Amino acid sequence: MRSPISIAVLSAALSLSAGLMAGTALANDQLIQMSKDPAQWVIPGGNYASQRYSPLKQINVDNVKNLHPVWTFSTGVLRGHEGGPLIVGDVMYVHTPFPNKVFALDLNNEGRILWVYEPKQDPNVIPVMCCDTVNRGVAYGDGKIILHQADTTVVALDAKTGKVVWSVKDDDPSKGATGTSAPLVVKNMVLVGVSGGEFGVRGHVTAYSLADGKQVWRAYSEGPDSDILFDPEKTTSMGKPVGKDSSLKTWQGDQWKIGGGDTWGWISYDPELNLVYYGSGNPSTWNPVQRPGDNKWSMTIFARDADTGVAKWVYQMTPWDQWDYDGINEMILADVKVHGKPTKALVHFDRNGFAYVLDRTNGALLEAEKYDPAVNWATHVDMKTGRPQVVAQYAPGMQGEEHNTKGICPAALGSKDEQPASFSPDTGLFYVPTNHVCMDYEPFKVAYTAGQPYVGATLSMFPPKGEKNLGNFIAYDVNEGKIVWSDPEMFSVWSGALATAGGVAFYGTLDGYLKAVDMKTGKELYKFKTPSGIIGNVTPFMHNGKEYIAVLSGVGGWAGIGMAAGLTEDTAGLGAVGAYKALSNYTQLGGVLTVFGLSD
Amino acid sequence: MNFARVLCLVWVLGAASPIALAAEGNAQAQDNADAERPYKVVDGHVDRATFRGYLYYGDLCLRCHGPDGAGSSYAPSLVNSLKKMDKRQFEETVINGRKNVTAATENVMPAFGTNIDAVQHLEEIYAYLKARSDGVIGRGRPKRIGETDD
Repeated sequence: MRSPISIAVLSAALSLSAGLMAGTALANDQLIQMSKDPAQWVIPGGNYASQRYSPLKQINVDNVKNLHPVWTFSTGVLRGHEGGPLIVGDVMYVHTPFPNKVFALDLNNEGRILWVYEPKQDPNVIPVMCCDTVNRGVAYGDGKIILHQADTTVVALDAKTGKVVWSVKDDDPSKGATGTSAPLVVKNMVLVGVSGGEFGVRGHVTAYSLADGKQVWRAYSEGPDSDILFDPEKTTSMGKPVGKDSSLKTWQGDQWKIGGGDTWGWISYDPELNLVYYGSGNPSTWNPVQRPGDNKWSMTIFARDADTGVAKWVYQMTPWDQWDYDGINEMILADVKVHGKPTKALVHFDRNGFAYVLDRTNGALLEAEKYDPAVNWATHVDMKTGRPQVVAQYAPGMQGEEHNTKGICPAALGSKDEQPASFSPDTGLFYVPTNHVCMDYEPFKVAYTAGQPYVGATLSMFPPKGEKNLGNFIAYDVNEGKIVWSDPEMFSVWSGALATAGGVAFYGTLDGYLKAVDMKTGKELYKFKTPSGIIGNVTPFMHNGKEYIAVLSGVGGWAGIGMAAGLTEDTAGLGAVGAYKALSNYTQLGGVLTVFGLSD
Repeated sequence: MNFARVLCLVWVLGAASPIALAAEGNAQAQDNADAERPYKVVDGHVDRATFRGYLYYGDLCLRCHGPDGAGSSYAPSLVNSLKKMDKRQFEETVINGRKNVTAATENVMPAFGTNIDAVQHLEEIYAYLKARSDGVIGRGRPKRIGETDD
């Protein structure tokens, strides 16, 4: 029998969505069609499945060595440039970190600026952004460009004129909530998450009406079932109903109210299943001793009904997190073979170093293997319970407060952070930008004040013992759960990857190189040093019949915090000099879009 | 409770009482001596206060100023900054914050005056950073006096 809470939630959500049904077909179908046009890039992840793949093959393994910059554009901002541009028709939309400018560039007129939107935001939001003032990009739908601002304002701009159509405040920066993620237009709504896991902000994803910005639904990451939009009997995890109060039961007292689980990563959508997929971040604080329990539903993959927000299935990857392994990385939807069986898969390269493969229709856990051999905090994931088998020696919460837990791999920044991987339907492989960094982690007690950091741990980072490279660009096969090839990189690979039908995969390096590699072997075919380190996403498009590759340069983000001055030498057992590398010896701040192409 | 801590609380509370002003005179001389070497380091091992400064630096400051006070792509190296500012200027900056907003750059440091942990551990954070700035301790987690090398 349905619980009263779920009936109320569902009927409220259904009545709202019924009103939307009339125009539902429009924005949804339009974007699906446009995302199939290889000349355009209308969704941040390339398509709703977040595959970051281009069917273009003008640029291929034979000619990419002749690739060269064709034009450049300076954004005028000098902070970390994450995300990438959108190309809608003949207009390119470029976004920036704070102050979050949006430029509309006319591709028919050598990138002339059609309009600029520059929001007025209180600079006091800057220090409340934990990891640089990044922004991961705008969304497009129904003739509007949607920007998610640092101060959590979601604003819809007329794509032709840049004029504000509507504007809504998503959350409150004075409580530590900020905006960094790219929105996603789904049907006649736009979905947006929130940042603030280092400030005790309770995470949520909200759907706003694309027409006028009215809230359609909001789903929290922690709290009562009516807040998290769970149906105790229908929402499942590992194939079983989650039951009543599945979140509340896993927190002490009221801690869930400042529980974190923020949703600052990427959102995917399956139009056939009508499900949206995303992950939640770390529970607050970084000191696990202060928040005993599984801390559900932080570190969780959510599959929610797009119209109502009600969760169909969920899976928590890192219960009682002790390492800050946020679960927000992209959910790549791919129809691939897993252990020989064709599967409607969801593939997720998590911060915690495991590549998870689930059946995206029902949340069945199919595979969880390490995508970096250095990962040591868990031996494996138990496929029956879905729980990681934690190694006590590498568990700071188990080791206790004011004890330095040493040599944990990966470091808090994960085997991969938000920088998205790509999938090629041609090869069936995933091309993944990875970090290869370990840490010592020491938690201690801290007090909570609204709007102030709620961290409670310190850490030092270094490469795995005996190794010098801080990153790898890899090809990964989910059919067998293994790495196919691995290209070591001096620094963490912090850019979004792109796979193409031309057989070339692209990525950017922290010291500023745009690189092209052969997707079959990983062999480097081309590289060019752009003005600053790349943490943006490589983006393809076509104009007047020619293929181009665009990428934002501008070092920053968490890489800019942890690596600008170099990492700490791992003194235990290494002895010799060499592990210490300063990113600032290779690159400085910048903010430039470079567009590459071939000569005629 | 030493006089410097009284001053911190006075800043926080926004008062300018006669007690605070009188204390300031005595505190000045004390501070000048303390400020020279607010830490105790023996054979590269630090006293408990300096170690707690390392911890609370990591909790409050690392996310912008990077590990070990070494700086990030958008906040300065405090190892360098403390060569040019004295203890009073350090405390004033932490308590009140700082804005550096121009056409090309927007660097904002928040005011930590209302942050309980920052105010209570301000001295210790200064001690740790000063030890780093003076080159007396290196990068990474400092060992405590009495802690054996493992």
